[in-house]
Amino acid sequence: MRRASREWQRLGERCMERLLFAGSLSGIVTLGAMVVFTFAAGLPVILRTGLGRFLLGQHWRPLEGEFGIAAMVVGSVFVTLGALAAAVPLGLGTAILLSEFAPPWVRRIARPAVELLAGIPSVVYGFYGLVVIVPLIRQHLGGVGFSILAGSVILAVMILPTLITIALDSLRQVPDSYRQGSLALGATRWQTVRRVVLPAARSGVVAAVVLGAGRAVGETMAVLMVTGNVAVLPESILSPVRTLTGNIALEMGYAAGEHQQALFASGIVLFILTMILNGLIQLRRVGRVAR
Amino acid sequence: MSLRRVSTLVLGLALLAVSGITVGCGSPAVQDTETVVIAGSTSVQPLSELLAEEFMKERPGVQVTVQGGGSTAGVRAVTDRVADIGAVSRPLREGEEGLKQFVIALDAIAIVVHPDNPVEELTFEQVREIYAGQITNWSALGGPDRAISLVTREEGSGTRTAFEELVMGGTPIAEGAVVQNSNGAVRATVAQDPSMIGYLSLAYVTPEVKVLRLDGVEPTVDNVKEGRYPLARPFIYVTREAPQGLVKEYLDFVLSEAGQAIVEEAGVVPAR
Amino acid sequence: MEEGLARAVLWGCLLVVLGALAAIVGHVLVQGLPGIDVDFLTTAPRASGREGGILTTIVATLYLVAGALAIAGPVGIACAIYLAEYLREGSLERIARFGVQTLAGVPSIIFGLFGFTAFVLWLGLGWSILSGSLTLAAMILPTLVKAAEEAIRAVPDSYRQGSLALGATKGQTILRVVLPVAMPGILSGVILSIGRVIGETAAVLLTAGSALGFAVSPLDSGRTMAVHLYLLAMEGISVPKAYSTSAVLILLVVGLNALATRITSRFTVRR
Repeated sequence: MRRASREWQRLGERCMERLLFAGSLSGIVTLGAMVVFTFAAGLPVILRTGLGRFLLGQHWRPLEGEFGIAAMVVGSVFVTLGALAAAVPLGLGTAILLSEFAPPWVRRIARPAVELLAGIPSVVYGFYGLVVIVPLIRQHLGGVGFSILAGSVILAVMILPTLITIALDSLRQVPDSYRQGSLALGATRWQTVRRVVLPAARSGVVAAVVLGAGRAVGETMAVLMVTGNVAVLPESILSPVRTLTGNIALEMGYAAGEHQQALFASGIVLFILTMILNGLIQLRRVGRVAR
Repeated sequence: MSLRRVSTLVLGLALLAVSGITVGCGSPAVQDTETVVIAGSTSVQPLSELLAEEFMKERPGVQVTVQGGGSTAGVRAVTDRVADIGAVSRPLREGEEGLKQFVIALDAIAIVVHPDNPVEELTFEQVREIYAGQITNWSALGGPDRAISLVTREEGSGTRTAFEELVMGGTPIAEGAVVQNSNGAVRATVAQDPSMIGYLSLAYVTPEVKVLRLDGVEPTVDNVKEGRYPLARPFIYVTREAPQGLVKEYLDFVLSEAGQAIVEEAGVVPAR
Repeated sequence: MEEGLARAVLWGCLLVVLGALAAIVGHVLVQGLPGIDVDFLTTAPRASGREGGILTTIVATLYLVAGALAIAGPVGIACAIYLAEYLREGSLERIARFGVQTLAGVPSIIFGLFGFTAFVLWLGLGWSILSGSLTLAAMILPTLVKAAEEAIRAVPDSYRQGSLALGATKGQTILRVVLPVAMPGILSGVILSIGRVIGETAAVLLTAGSALGFAVSPLDSGRTMAVHLYLLAMEGISVPKAYSTSAVLILLVVGLNALATRITSRFTVRR
């Protein structure tokens, strides 16, 4: 009797372990399935067009069978860089303030506020950009308003929460003894932050920036609503541009046949772009462990 | 050893059950007689929703689902049996003629500008030259000295396809034109910029934008019906086979007097 | 001198960030709140959403949230348990972790493309709550795993040792001791995921479709609040209704965040 029940118990343990094991592979299995499905749908077009002509081609005329995504890649990169240029100083500044200077009550109010910013659906941002930011840019800076600048402003606000929360966490992880040591040597608070705390938190701060960049590259609806979606190489930050994500969301509904495959192909490029960004973070992590 | 085998068996059965459920759910998506799925053109979607709403009032218990997606997606949804009816806002293309088609309405494409723009009327030729990027300033058209900004729809859109076929006649649309993927977004773009010109489905026109006369003709329901307004295209429902059962009932309703009255109410031109 | 300037600049940063938040949330709430009443929340949209409320979109949103959590919840928690309790460092651990982390960085539109080909077309599920749930489940999986793993790792080892010393098996220890203690952390991960499901537009539009009717079976298509808002705004159907829908969405997110904060703070106190 007792032996039998122990056998059952062991059987239960085994079953559980296998189920959990299966669960642990869910991430990689899902990723694999996504790679298979998107590549199967998109790769033929890239192969037919030729990788060079697909990536560097300047003309996107899907109905005439011309698929060049250079303008979209440039669009995605510029909008992302613009967003980072605004969001990195702002986000880091806020994180440093909340971690090092602000009294606790400010942190108690600011942190949930920043998290709220992260929870607002992207369509709300896009809608706000469409009715407020785009007209503002057109009236004060010229152009049609739909522009790299409009996309960057909206994206900057959208990636602020990612930047602030991750940077804040890594700053808080710097041991207080570092700060005390520096202050005891006669450094001011700001000198301590610049010379001691920031260098110590560097890898976390870099991770925050890279994750923010990843979010910016991948954002779709909000950007689509404010960048004007012109698939031409931009001349200035006031030029309208089309991003890779925008290209997919814009034309997916109407695309068929080769056109749709080409959209999946731009999806592949986007996929690889985000994998590279992700790889950057993971490499840093491995490097840190090795050190 | 036997324990390991038993545990593997249990796991296998569990996986089988899960996949069985998934597959079992998969098959009867469309055959279900109590629902009609319509998918396709975003220009037709609001009209289809109105029609579906009225139809469901008359036939309680029946479900008519209306999807967007786009004209081409609608055709494919019908071919793939994801939808019963495809909604298309452009003439059918090569390779699509095998489908049964029913013209449910005619829609005018209105040329619109900002209400502050003094220009009232354009010729077909002028519209083409504007969109080809040959006329670039409103002063050439009797307006103020202001550069013209264009807004167009995305590649593959039914409205754009119809505009290209009817107006552009092979000349490509200038590459610098802002692209928006819906009638509403085109309207919003024009409504906030005095230098913009755009084109959109007549059903979406509101006082936020000013409609231009084209070759002297205003896009009204009557002018389209009589064939006086030149820039019009059909709204088409397509099915894979000759419609039966509930799909047929729905189509009959749409083409009935009551259905066509709803079409007219929505600001679209009835097909009959 | 430098000290003062630096502080001034940093405070400026915070003010800009909070200002942006206030501008967006304020704008939407001011325009949207007046349109929200009991009717708006409890009647179905009429005339493509130009009139009536948003009841059917609320139902579809809840349906999608429940579906995505039902699929991703067990799988994600299983993954987290295995990563935290069973796996030692090694190539298997690296592969499993690589999968989850890479998934976390994939843009939602790619999930949409994947869901569209895999579930809508290949499995033949059509535009449906089920297709949408499966797609979103894949999307929230990394969030869930990360939160659950952290929560499980935070459980002190002494708990496990105590349980094992009393003769419990490893499985019993995990189910009866570790998971209950880690539950608040897991729950806050769940709430974060709910936020992502509620706010997602692109992937939902491609997989769950945009039908306005009541979704009854998981094979019905449904339009979530975020998709409804997108269509209202972009098709220019009704700007006031669009504002009101965004206001409801924002209030929901505020509520969820408050809930998450309460759960997490309770968790911290108990430790």
